[in-house]
Amino acid sequence: MPPKPLDYESLNENVKKVAYAVRGELYLRASELQKEGKKIIFTNVGNPHALGQKPLTFPRQVVALCQAPFLLEDPNVALLFPADAIARAKHYLSMTSGGLGAYSDSRGLPGIRNEIAEFIKRRDGYPSDPELIFLTDGASKGVMQMLNSIIRNDRDGILVPVPQYPLYSATISLYGGSLVPYYLEEEENWGLDLDNVKKSVATARANGITIRAMVIINPGNPTGQCLSEANLKEILLFCYRENLVLLADEVYQQNIYQDERPFISARKILLDMGPPISKEVQLVSFHTVSKGYWGECGQRGGYFEMTNLSPQTVDEIYKVASVSLSPNVPGQIFLGLMVNPPKPGDISYLKYSAESKAVLDSLRRRAHIMTDGFNSCKNVVCNFTEGAMYSFPQIRLPPKAIEAAKKAGKAPDVFYCLKLLEATGISTVPGSGFGQKDGVFHLRTTILPAEQDMPAIMASFKKFNDEFMEQYENYRGFSRI
Amino acid sequence: MRRVAAERAKRLLIRSFLAPQSSAAVSSPFSFLSSYSAAAMSTASTPVVSLDSINPKVLKCEYAVRGEIVNHAQLLQEDLKAKPGHHPFDEILYCNIGNPQSLGQQPVTFFREVLALCDHPSILDRDETHGLFSADAIARAWDILDVIPGRATGAYSHSQGIKGLREAIAAGIASRDGYPCNADDIFLTDGASPAVHMMMQLLIRSEKDGILCPIPQYPLYSASIALHGGSLVPYYLDEASGWGLEISELKKQLEDARSKGITVRSLVVINPGNPTGQVLSEENQRQIIEFCKKESLVLLADEVYQDNIYVGDKKFNSLKKIARSMGLGDKDISLVSFQSVSKGYYGECGKRGGYMEVTGFSADVREQIYKVASVNLCSNISGQILASLVMNPPKPGDESYDSFTAERDGILLSLARRAKALEDAFNSLEGVICNKAEGAMYLFPRIHLPKKAIEAAKAANSVPDTFYARRLLDATGIVVVPGSGFGQVPGTWHIRFTILPQEEKIPAIISRFKAFHESFMEEFRN
Repeated sequence: MPPKPLDYESLNENVKKVAYAVRGELYLRASELQKEGKKIIFTNVGNPHALGQKPLTFPRQVVALCQAPFLLEDPNVALLFPADAIARAKHYLSMTSGGLGAYSDSRGLPGIRNEIAEFIKRRDGYPSDPELIFLTDGASKGVMQMLNSIIRNDRDGILVPVPQYPLYSATISLYGGSLVPYYLEEEENWGLDLDNVKKSVATARANGITIRAMVIINPGNPTGQCLSEANLKEILLFCYRENLVLLADEVYQQNIYQDERPFISARKILLDMGPPISKEVQLVSFHTVSKGYWGECGQRGGYFEMTNLSPQTVDEIYKVASVSLSPNVPGQIFLGLMVNPPKPGDISYLKYSAESKAVLDSLRRRAHIMTDGFNSCKNVVCNFTEGAMYSFPQIRLPPKAIEAAKKAGKAPDVFYCLKLLEATGISTVPGSGFGQKDGVFHLRTTILPAEQDMPAIMASFKKFNDEFMEQYENYRGFSRI
Repeated sequence: MRRVAAERAKRLLIRSFLAPQSSAAVSSPFSFLSSYSAAAMSTASTPVVSLDSINPKVLKCEYAVRGEIVNHAQLLQEDLKAKPGHHPFDEILYCNIGNPQSLGQQPVTFFREVLALCDHPSILDRDETHGLFSADAIARAWDILDVIPGRATGAYSHSQGIKGLREAIAAGIASRDGYPCNADDIFLTDGASPAVHMMMQLLIRSEKDGILCPIPQYPLYSASIALHGGSLVPYYLDEASGWGLEISELKKQLEDARSKGITVRSLVVINPGNPTGQVLSEENQRQIIEFCKKESLVLLADEVYQDNIYVGDKKFNSLKKIARSMGLGDKDISLVSFQSVSKGYYGECGKRGGYMEVTGFSADVREQIYKVASVNLCSNISGQILASLVMNPPKPGDESYDSFTAERDGILLSLARRAKALEDAFNSLEGVICNKAEGAMYLFPRIHLPKKAIEAAKAANSVPDTFYARRLLDATGIVVVPGSGFGQVPGTWHIRFTILPQEEKIPAIISRFKAFHESFMEEFRN
């Protein structure tokens, strides 16, 4: 029998290098156990609706009407849909040439891009050009497109925070670039210390790497930290001096759980700094409908906004976008609705407001419940989730546990998380999937399980953790409080 | 500036069609870049993301379906709004892209009913809903929601797509082909195009890896191969025999590529063809499969037009069906089949729904495919639902069956009539020969351009068929794609014209086109 034309050996090497732990080993094991009938709590991915969060009513009404425009001609439609949803559906349909089923402009419907530009202007106080806003099937596709444009070969380095959301490491591997890590400071609430960045840059350059871009995730994933204005200023200054393009992943901008550091966009700070910096630093900002209080992950709606990229470069990026024809139109409408929600006075405003507030208030409470729950375990230290959707506790593992992990052929945090999964059904992602300092172990979980389930989940975790510690530390009554 | 870059890239594309990339041809752009990166290590004022420093594969990639002519059309469209009466036409007619619903084709009612209910399931419990939606649409929505965990259509699904929907699709494929299909072989994607990109990513390791592509081809393939740094190995379809595919031509091109040091990894077959519309005979398909098996090639079967066949003497047979009918299974042939919700009679381009069915790969390769899919988490759920509807439409006895059939047949019969009307029209023009569109959505007439026209094109720094297409656009507002965007035998010129404008507009389009063509031929007569 002849060898198969595509076997493991002859696969693109870059593909083999890719790792994406969010849906890796733990998730696959959890899925297996679920098939066997075990109840699994999936906290491996920021997927709110999968854990019971309900979609907001208004956007679903509007998109349903856009899907079935013949409803708009039926006199009985007002029995099921409020007038403002009907009006909004007509508004979005009029932006299309042929409804939801036609390819739009490859950059997205101009009408939606206008609405996004208006939103950015309201948010930041500076005008935004809709021609520089491209819609994508989820923010991830936009990130991949930008990295593909930047990375030419394995000597091109991209600065990425550690810990990071592994879309960045996976994409850099896929496109054959070099990941240049800069460590966030766990003791400073995962703060960004520019000295760490400078150190990483120097080391990389000494190894012949050309640093091309810096990624910031604000609010952070998995860490949740919100960057201060001072932080953003020094990062932008750094990018200016070092000639780096700044990739600002701002998908969690509507998930903020403390009041000291509200969200400020990188673009606002850049423009505040005035020329020459404001006119020269290249910046790409990313946003999505998957997070915030919308949580519409399954729609695959996202955008990126380019600042200070030349028209010719924007053309090239447009060209590549056109090969994929267009982003999905329903997802585009979700984006429009997100940036242009019901206003006071609209029929649906009160309900929309109440639904949104309920989600955000609950997320804030859950951020506290989880942080406190983790911190009540002696061997666990957990920074507060200032933003985003995750908790990233540090788990101190005793030497005997680390040995047992080695024997089982697993990284220590993978070993711990597998045991946690098997004991409690809680499916997390080991910290090694995000990057961490050597010998320091974490896991990432989400703050998304329903609020009423949280106490039981934390109790279940604590019980497992204490039993694990008793087993591997030989210390009875480890965490009995 | 943009046009110069586009022309340069176009010449690269044409060159890449005619001969596989030699390593010498590819290395020259890189030597410029390696000296640049040394300079960039200092605090250079050249921006990071500029034409000089962008990934050169991005520069090399071209996609004529939305290229130069379309860009100009968009400018004209704005101009029409601002200065009506300024041009010899009232509207731009986009005949460049297979985008049926943008030209007035209506979506299938049953599909949209189900999608609307799945988008807003809270109305399923309301009495009023029964007055607005058909009973079988409501029932199908319930069935679909029941296979979605938590009925949460806003949640990321399994990275291959929702299992229950894949099972429905697999059942549809099995029913279509008469051979079993495994739901775990299906990867639901945002349209068929991302699935094609995924396969190119897996197959292409360097410019020494070649992919056999038909000429003319849908330029997703050339663009994707360029983006992933591989080599396009062209095989010419035979215009004189209705764009037939000759195995001897495949063999010749394969050997030629191998002699130049190219490892040919895969064969792309588009059936029904784009832009050519030809439907492969069963015999042809058997030869193709034997060829791939013998030469150890992955067969990439683009079958997105499987529901667009306009000739009574041909029917669609999937390559998988033919392979299985030859007794060839997973151990014998590696085959990836692509389908989409964008074409057929459903034409739901904007939804971005599609899938690839992956058969004949080892488990460790399958894991890698899954891993790449997982980085993007999943495709959009509404598109997944639509794919399951397309592969499982209403059946006899269902409440919506009659209206569904009427809509489907109405669209398909109209497409067949439009294909014939346009084919006849093109064939009536001086110097134009047009093969029949057996399927798909396009006509690809060949235009014998007079010598004077070719010289005028050269003087205008334009490729001759682009020159013709530009003149057509300026005179009539009709947008087509020049044949050079798809590849053609050197020295021949074509345009690709969709059969999608509404039927009542076709006579006017034909007369405008005729008038333009006659005047063009007159202007450039020797």
